[in-house]
Amino acid sequence: MAEVSYGKIVRDGLWHNNQALVALLGLCPLLAVTNTAINALGLGLATLSVLLLSNVTVSLIRNWVRPEIRLPVFVVVIAAFVTAVELVMKAYFHELHKVLGIFIALIVTNCVIIGRAEAFASRHGPALALFDGLMMGAGFALVLLVLGAIRELVGQGTLLAGAHMMFGGDADLTIRVFGDGDGFLLALLPPGAFIALGLLVAGKNLIDRRQAAAAAAARAAGVPVGQPG
Amino acid sequence: MARPLTAKFPIAVAGLLLGLFSVAGAGLVAVTHVATKDRIAHNERQALLDRLAVLVPAQQVTNDMATDRIQVSDPDRLGSDRTTVYRARAGDAPVAVILSPVVPDGYAGPMNLLVAVLRDGSLGGVRVVSHHETPGLGDKIEEAKSDWILGFAGKSLDNPSPAGWKVKRDGGEFDQFTGATVTPRAVVKAVKNALLYAREKGEALYAPADSVQARALGGSTG
Repeated sequence: MAEVSYGKIVRDGLWHNNQALVALLGLCPLLAVTNTAINALGLGLATLSVLLLSNVTVSLIRNWVRPEIRLPVFVVVIAAFVTAVELVMKAYFHELHKVLGIFIALIVTNCVIIGRAEAFASRHGPALALFDGLMMGAGFALVLLVLGAIRELVGQGTLLAGAHMMFGGDADLTIRVFGDGDGFLLALLPPGAFIALGLLVAGKNLIDRRQAAAAAAARAAGVPVGQPG
Repeated sequence: MARPLTAKFPIAVAGLLLGLFSVAGAGLVAVTHVATKDRIAHNERQALLDRLAVLVPAQQVTNDMATDRIQVSDPDRLGSDRTTVYRARAGDAPVAVILSPVVPDGYAGPMNLLVAVLRDGSLGGVRVVSHHETPGLGDKIEEAKSDWILGFAGKSLDNPSPAGWKVKRDGGEFDQFTGATVTPRAVVKAVKNALLYAREKGEALYAPADSVQARALGGSTG
């Protein structure tokens, strides 16, 4: 296996191989729970936790799992961690758990997790696997958060509504940006989520293209180009 | 040495390994379950109490509404075979009953309500616990989305009269929502039925859970 650098993992996880915007995995929770920023953050952090735990575990057991049974074993590992995370959320973030509902359990089906287990964690040591889980999870969670913020802003004119569900008791960080709660309803429904995600993907591609053009222009002008990627 | 065991019986070994991992996974879940179950039970109880407390004048209530409850059975009036009725008391004096009827004819399926009926027959309040109504239209029955549901507080079968317990479009006195009539119509009907049930049963709803009266309310299934 080629040695991977920590820097590459960071760049890949957050941008070049962002699991939500590039690999386009885990779209079911992405579209369903990003109607507010807090919901999105909650599920993003839950997914990140599971990804971390699963990556480390898969990496630790990678020499003992026979190839024929590796996928069922990965699923057992992931399902066990998702159940544990769900119970912890029920105990410590009860209201958020109620709001997110079935989508916490559905983290098991999130292809990001089994994808990273198969593509990375089963082929690298625990330290790298942990870092990969952290970066891929962070990239995914960030996209969830941005999407949630956009949809909440456009759909109901607030930001961080429901913050008490994550930060306890009386935290009311709700920023009312405009209107009285009635925004552009489409943003709160699944079609609006699809459209918003499409716009995010388009935006990322635009930035990439501009960067590539700038690098090509610099090369043509004979100016030394910085570290690629 | 001959081929190691793992090469001679690959399937058996694979099966054994899978079994071991499954046991480990189940073990993790079991440990987490035990470690969290008290806190979870506490959270659920607290969530229920919070929901009940908004519907009755909470400063008067001295009993534990979450445990002082009975199961009743009246599918026609309360929408399901078994309905929980919570009781609020101030010392020995009854304060209110909180019924949890099901609205059977919502636009997108059944909805769960909490309806608090005070001793004098008037409503302490109504809240929707769960529903599947259309976002932006029927979901205005949620307290967070509009004040409509708060308008039930203080109403009774005399205010308005039974004929007035419909949405305005049907000739009654309750507002409907622009673009969504089925949802408010169903909720108004369910609240009216709950009031009729409470009036019919009267003081029996406050009877202790192990009394003959309470058991009679539960129907033949007890």
